[in-house]
Amino acid sequence: MGGPVLFLILATISVFAAVSMLTSKNAVHSALFLILNFAAIAVFYLILNAPFLAAVQITVYAGAIMVLFLFVIMLLGAEESAGVLSTRTGQLTAGIIGAVLVVGSFIVAVTQMGGTAPASVVADTRPRTLAVILFEEFVFPFEVTGVLLLVAVVGLYVMSRKLTNKERMEDA
Amino acid sequence: MDLTTVTIEWYIALSAILFTIGALGVLLRRDAIIIFMSVELMLNSANLLLVAFAHHLGDATGQVLVFFVMTVAAAEVAVGLALIVAIFQSKKSIDISEVNLLKG
Repeated sequence: MGGPVLFLILATISVFAAVSMLTSKNAVHSALFLILNFAAIAVFYLILNAPFLAAVQITVYAGAIMVLFLFVIMLLGAEESAGVLSTRTGQLTAGIIGAVLVVGSFIVAVTQMGGTAPASVVADTRPRTLAVILFEEFVFPFEVTGVLLLVAVVGLYVMSRKLTNKERMEDA
Repeated sequence: MDLTTVTIEWYIALSAILFTIGALGVLLRRDAIIIFMSVELMLNSANLLLVAFAHHLGDATGQVLVFFVMTVAAAEVAVGLALIVAIFQSKKSIDISEVNLLKG
């Protein structure tokens, strides 16, 4: 699972990028920090014997999805972001929820996983093997994913088309 | 505790921290686009954990699950950003504290 030094360097980069994404005033900077975070996670995938996923992470996440984000930010001219929640109680609640999440997951990590030995075998993770698993064990979820994408496309069409005059009169 | 080898707990801890940062982003920020980015961060922390466990257990199935998460993330981003554009066209703002038409 990689050496501790490499892990700590990458973990520092990804946490720094995530925190900067959260605190950045400019939405474009936030998007760029998130790309840095995705890149660090892609290197983690390489360490964890998932080279194909690392490539997909870069092309799909850092490429397609973040370009979409940047495109919308610049299209709307929404670089100056609205800032953080203004109420004290809201910030306090968020802080408590965050603390509970971190502490809870640490407790689960140590008590449930403490000392379990890693498997001695190294999984075969060539794209061909992944495809065999996908189409043998996960055929139905794969089809459902196709339907999900279709729903997304139809939803986009419904939201982005202009109303015809007749529909506008019916609305009013 | 052995600090010379990277075990699965390290990845659980990192994933928990990244997920929490994402959750805090959703709770704290008022900018709809930043909220969507925080959701992406949470999905990515789950993906990292799936891949770490796939490596830990020596089973490639976890890596296949990551593809499903990525597909859902892509669909969610496409629909979410279209919603943001639609909200911006009617409100001239993406501040979610101004989107309160359903508030009684």
